[in-house]
Order: sequence, then C-alpha cells, then structure tokens
Amino acid sequence: MEHLELFFKSVFIDNMVFATFLGMCSYLAVSKKVTTAVGLGAAVIFVLGITVPLNWLLDQYILRDGALEWLGPEYAAYDLSFLSFIMFIATIATMVQLVEIVVEKFLPALYNSLGIFLPLIAVNCAILGGSLFMQSRQIASIDLALNYGLSSGFGFFLAILTIAAIREKIRYSNVPPALRGLGITFIITGLMAIGFMSFGGMLTGGDEGGSGDSAQVIRIEKPSDTNVNDDNLADYESEEDVQENENQENTLEETN
Amino acid sequence: MGLLSKKDRALILDPLTDNNPITIQVLGICSALAITAQLKASIVMALSVIFVMGVGNIVISLLRNMIPSKIRIIVQLVVVATLVIVVDQVLKAYAYELSKQLSVFIGLIITNCIIMGRFEAFALGNGVWRSFLDGIGNALGYGVILIIVGFFRELLGSGTLLGIQVLGDPITKTGLYSIGYENNGFMLLSPMALIVVGIIIWIQRTRSPHLVEEN
Repeated sequence: MEHLELFFKSVFIDNMVFATFLGMCSYLAVSKKVTTAVGLGAAVIFVLGITVPLNWLLDQYILRDGALEWLGPEYAAYDLSFLSFIMFIATIATMVQLVEIVVEKFLPALYNSLGIFLPLIAVNCAILGGSLFMQSRQIASIDLALNYGLSSGFGFFLAILTIAAIREKIRYSNVPPALRGLGITFIITGLMAIGFMSFGGMLTGGDEGGSGDSAQVIRIEKPSDTNVNDDNLADYESEEDVQENENQENTLEETN
Repeated sequence: MGLLSKKDRALILDPLTDNNPITIQVLGICSALAITAQLKASIVMALSVIFVMGVGNIVISLLRNMIPSKIRIIVQLVVVATLVIVVDQVLKAYAYELSKQLSVFIGLIITNCIIMGRFEAFALGNGVWRSFLDGIGNALGYGVILIIVGFFRELLGSGTLLGIQVLGDPITKTGLYSIGYENNGFMLLSPMALIVVGIIIWIQRTRSPHLVEEN
C-alpha cells in the first residue's frame, strides 16, 4: 500500500516536470518527435532507477547526521551532509558512464536506442533532482527509494511522451508566428501542469473536495499567504485544458 | 572604449536580449521556474548563478589546456559542485529561512544546463577575461528573466514585492483592495511560471521577428 501510494504520488501529484520543473531542458529540447522522446524517457527511468537507491545508501551510511555510527561510536558526531551535492553528482556521472559501457557491450540493440541520450542524462536536472528530493523527503527504506526512482522516472516519461505527441500534432495548426516553437510549448506545458494539479486531491480520499467552500473562505481571509495550496482551483482549470486539446484537434481537421 | 572593447561588450549584452539563455538558447529552465513565486528568492537565485558562472568560467578557462577532453564533463561537474556547495553553505549561514525555501533548487544549479553549456561552448576555448565576461553575461540574461517572472508572480499573486505590501492591505481593505481588487492566488502555483515565461517569449519574438522559429 505504501508503495502504491508513493507510486501515484510521484507519477501524478509530484510529477517531476509539471510540479517541480525538473528536467525541463531536455524535456523541451528532445520533445520534437515521439520516438526520440520515448528513448529519452526510457533512459531517464533506467538511470533514476539505478542512481536513487545508490544515493539512498550513500546518504544513509555516509552522509547524513550520525550516519557514520557503524564505524564506531566516536564517529557518530560527524555530519557530512554538506558533501551530498558533490557525492551525488559523482555517483550519477560515474554510474551513467558505467551503464553506457555495459549496455554498449552486452545490449547493443538497447544501446542503439538509448545510447545517444545517456551522456546527456548525466547533467539532466531530473536525475540529480530525484536524488536530492529523495534526501529531503526522507524516504524510509531502500525499496521505497527504488520505487521513488522508477516512478518519478515514469512521471517524466509520461510528460515527455504527451508533449511530444502534442508537438507533432501542433505542427499542422496555425500558431501565431511569435509563439511558434518554444513559446507555445511553454504554454501547453503550463496547461498540462494545471491539468495534472487536479490529481492533487487523489491521496486525501476526497476529504478536501468536500470542504471546498471552507477552503475558499480561508483563501479570501488570508490572500497574502504565499503558500496557497488550493487544489480546488485546479479542478476548474483542467476543463479548460481539455477544451484546449479539443480546439487543437479541430484546427487540425480544418487544415487537413 | 574604456574598459571593455566592442567585442567584450557584446559578450555581456548579447545574452540579455537576442541570445538570452532562457528564451532563445532554452538552457537552465530546470532550476529557474520553481522558485519564482517570490521576487526575493528569484534575486537570490540569480545572484547565486552569477557567482557560480563567473567563478566557474574563470576556473575552467584557466584549466582548459590541462583537462583531458575525455573526462572534461566530470571535471566540470566537480568545479560547479564545489562552487554550489560554497553558495549553499553561505546561504545556510546567513539566510537560513531563504535557503529552506529554495530547498533542493540551489543544489540543482549544478545541473543547470546554462553552466555546463557555457563551459562546453565557451570557457573551454577562450581566455580567462573573455570567459568571465561570457559567464557574467549569460548569468545576467538568466537573472533578468528570473526577476521579471518573480516580479509579476509576486505582484499579481500576493500583492507584495520583496514582502512589502505595495497594493495596500488585503485584510483591512486599503489601497487597490478598497475598490474590489483581489489577489490572483493562481499566480503562485507552478503552472503559471511556465505561462509567464511563454508570454515573455511571445513578447520578445514579436518585437524582434528574426528570432521566430519554424513550427
């Protein structure tokens, strides 16, 4: 149950691309065609599934406050967490190189489809972000860490696949010249993120949905609160998102 | 001409407009958008990136003839990671609240594509002074977008700038609020960062049509 909850949370609610903007660079750069997008997405799942559990072990047994206790009681006072950035990125870079070599040697078919993306991935924010969020969210055990890595990778996969599909279609629509390419991709991603926000109430079992009115009252009382977390807002906006998609399809048909 | 020759000046000014790292080169969006809900966080982020880029470009440019090209990515990562740790520790010491708020995004400067991109494209092949200028220029271009986004999101989202209520007090209904103005809480949520950047790109490309891409 815990695993299922973490899976849904990382894929839909805390989706890497839509909620935290991790991996935006490659998300925007490699989403022109569905096939390449699938390749990059698969590579991200793969690498996250390896590096997050590894970095979890590093964090648990070397980096965090008191982690060195297994060496002896006199080491318990050390807190090496300030080294986590450099340790995580070193693990990621070496793992990516290793994986690249191993895959090239033993799985040439996989290498042909993933190969060109693997070096790119060492500097992908999504990979380091996965490890850093794993650390700051205090994932409790190594199997949860593995689950977290794989499912947030899957969230990225889902995001890049959908945007690539939309971008392939939008090529036939009449976008205002200044918005073509990057601009419209940003705006579509924003709309998709609004759509994904509607998953926000999923894990609370609908409790928040029932108290919609009171949530709005709270918002009016404290409008200067910077952490406004009203998921109710998302519900209204996701309809707009659907409409937007419909409009796109309509224009597509017209141009055909 | 003074301190900067014409070429050097172009290194600083180009990234601010026609070669902006965010809106044209599409680099460094990862760590940029999530923290722009408040102007203060955006400014701190921009300053951190300026520091890391300036110093990092100097270091890489000094080492450029010593780095074997096969392991250059690792060397670059180590340089950036060291600088980012310095930034992170300084923020933790002097601005703890802010560093909590920026959470993992300071760490994500390491994988900020602008930094690696400029190391690869410029610092590895150019002298120290020019690399420094290039770093500062690109980081400024990045910072400008961050600050614009942060300005609008904080102003429209919570009616404040740097935490000061500039539109009046929403609870006692003074200033703009007395004539029925409401804050748009939606601006504080993450999707709006994307849409605001999309609008900035739109405006920029409408003003300079030669930047328009093919669909």
